[in-house]
Amino acid sequence: MEVKLRVRRQNEETGQKSQWSEYQVEVDDHGTVLDALIHVREYVDETLSVRCSCRSQICGSCGMQINHQMALGCKTKVQDVITDDGVITVEPMGNMGVVKDLVTDLEPFWGKVRQVKPYLQPDHQPEREYIVPNDDMESVKGAMACIMCGLCVAACNSLEVNPQFIGPAALAKNWRFLADPRDAEAQERMEYVSQPNGVWDCTHCFYCVEVCPKGVAPMELIMDTRRMAMEAGFTDNNGSRHSQAFVDTVSTYGRLDETKVAIRSVSGIGELLQFAGVGWRSFWRGKVPLRMTTIPGVYHVRRIFQQLETGPEAQRQKKKRKAMPHPSATALVGELTAPVQIPPRKDEPK
Amino acid sequence: MKFAFWTGCVAKQGAPELYQSTVASLGVLGIEVEELVGGACTGAGVLTERNPRLADALNARTFAMAEQMGLPIMTICSTCTGTMYASHERLKDEAYRAEINEILAPEGLQYNGTTEIYHLMWILVEKIGLEKLRSYVKVPLGGLNVAPFYGCYILRPSRLMDPQHHDRDTYLEQIIVALGANAVDYSGATKCCGFPLTTMNRVSALKMTGTHIAEAKDKGADLLVTPCPLCHLNLDGQQVDAAKVMGRSLDVPILHLPQLLGIAFGLDAKDLGLHRNLISPRRIFERARRMAVTSS
Ligand code: SF4
Ligand code: SF4
Ligand code: FES
Repeated sequence: MEVKLRVRRQNEETGQKSQWSEYQVEVDDHGTVLDALIHVREYVDETLSVRCSCRSQICGSCGMQINHQMALGCKTKVQDVITDDGVITVEPMGNMGVVKDLVTDLEPFWGKVRQVKPYLQPDHQPEREYIVPNDDMESVKGAMACIMCGLCVAACNSLEVNPQFIGPAALAKNWRFLADPRDAEAQERMEYVSQPNGVWDCTHCFYCVEVCPKGVAPMELIMDTRRMAMEAGFTDNNGSRHSQAFVDTVSTYGRLDETKVAIRSVSGIGELLQFAGVGWRSFWRGKVPLRMTTIPGVYHVRRIFQQLETGPEAQRQKKKRKAMPHPSATALVGELTAPVQIPPRKDEPK
Repeated sequence: MKFAFWTGCVAKQGAPELYQSTVASLGVLGIEVEELVGGACTGAGVLTERNPRLADALNARTFAMAEQMGLPIMTICSTCTGTMYASHERLKDEAYRAEINEILAPEGLQYNGTTEIYHLMWILVEKIGLEKLRSYVKVPLGGLNVAPFYGCYILRPSRLMDPQHHDRDTYLEQIIVALGANAVDYSGATKCCGFPLTTMNRVSALKMTGTHIAEAKDKGADLLVTPCPLCHLNLDGQQVDAAKVMGRSLDVPILHLPQLLGIAFGLDAKDLGLHRNLISPRRIFERARRMAVTSS
């Protein structure tokens, strides 16, 4: 099959600015975009730089933008993305500096992953290997599938405007250890990511869920981290206040009162004053309801809140609950890999 | 065509013009609705992150009400749609649904998993059809450059939001063109408006809003149109502040999808609540009218 590759190229070393190169190549019907690029490098233009190693979606080296979508070159088939005019546009990953052509600078990415201490920190020297009940690791498995390709980071909308945000890959990694029963630093991990530029800086754009080639669904893990951190008492931040105010208004009225939620989310009067302008302009156009009305049957809504969220029994259940994959994670990413059934050992702790 | 109408909270409060313009446009489209007045807030993702079962129970309750009415749900908010879809997906699991149904039982409600959910934007393309939509246009929006702005929840994850059609991320463009206008091609259309960060990181939120509006404007957009009232709250409501953060002028009117429909259908500015938009769309409205007069 014939394909015209439009590749965005640049070179940090020589100072060559971004420009397009076009290559017409013939690829195998089932060939991948990476295959096509390698063909170019081998036979057409040896100056083209592309990073790759395994060519089978394992090493995480070949992240790039294919038709403006973050994707692995070796996971994307030419026939799936070729346009009607026979073109495929290839660019380096977003949110990263470019070293040369499709090779981006991953150092900031690794730096952020290192920041969350991506290793087990047990509280004692184990005398023998630590046997983890299969069920406990089941939930962590999805996050362990991460191949550190950086696609989530490249697509993250929050990072686009705030390079300080620690980002989806590091937060997914943090959750992976937070949820591991062998790790003893849960408090520290939750506290660390409850700071500014941590979990509460995720804008919920779903791009990391969309582009992750391994079904890690970082955003779902970020949401679960928020939940755990709030339950552990790390609530002195606008994110937690917002969440609590949301619960309070919906459980009272059955509907959301944005004004009240916004007012209760911020930390003080100074911050609140920043919203004075929009508040005033909206009020003037009849967009700030003076009195909230309840929905019919609100009694039942309150009962549901009582039963699942605010009542004493619900609180007890929540305390008991450890990290768990957000149920939507599986619903959203579908069946990942079939669970490996390891027969329990006789002395396995229950 | 009849639907159980899920207005969402915002259309009843912070963006009453959305409710108004929807009702006005539905009349032209020949869509009958019965409002789901007793349904509680979907949780807008906030309740799901805090307590997924709670969000699912609230949404199952709304689905059960629609099921009793024997009608599919029509939404007018990207965020409601995505949140409902995620609950809907989880509630396909029978054992889980049975658990949730126990919580609904005291109210005499039970959800059997049959309720369908459609955003108005999907209804326009999939149920009414662009051909028919074109026939309702009285004031073709020729010459207007309209930039689409979807809202994250209605697009992603695509395997949840669009497993069937695979082109729901082009519906706004298709609708804009059917109404006679030009669709502006820019990268911000499918990105986040920044609303979720409004109180958590105001500068980030405003930069997102500002960047997308600026990009659209630089590509020639006269206005943006969105099927999501939360995006609207940020794009329209916070635009003045976003312009300050960006250090440039923006001044681009943002219309709710039904407001744009209404203008093309020749409805009254008042019935579309155009006076409630913070960045006034009046000049757009008048230009559309003038062009229609000169071309007829
Ligand atoms: S959902 Fe959050 S972490 Fe994921 S890409 Fe969007 S802003 Fe970034
Ligand atoms: S979470 Fe997914 S997208 Fe992000 S680095 Fe890991 S494998 Fe890549
Ligand atoms: S080359 Fe290893 S993941 Fe693509």
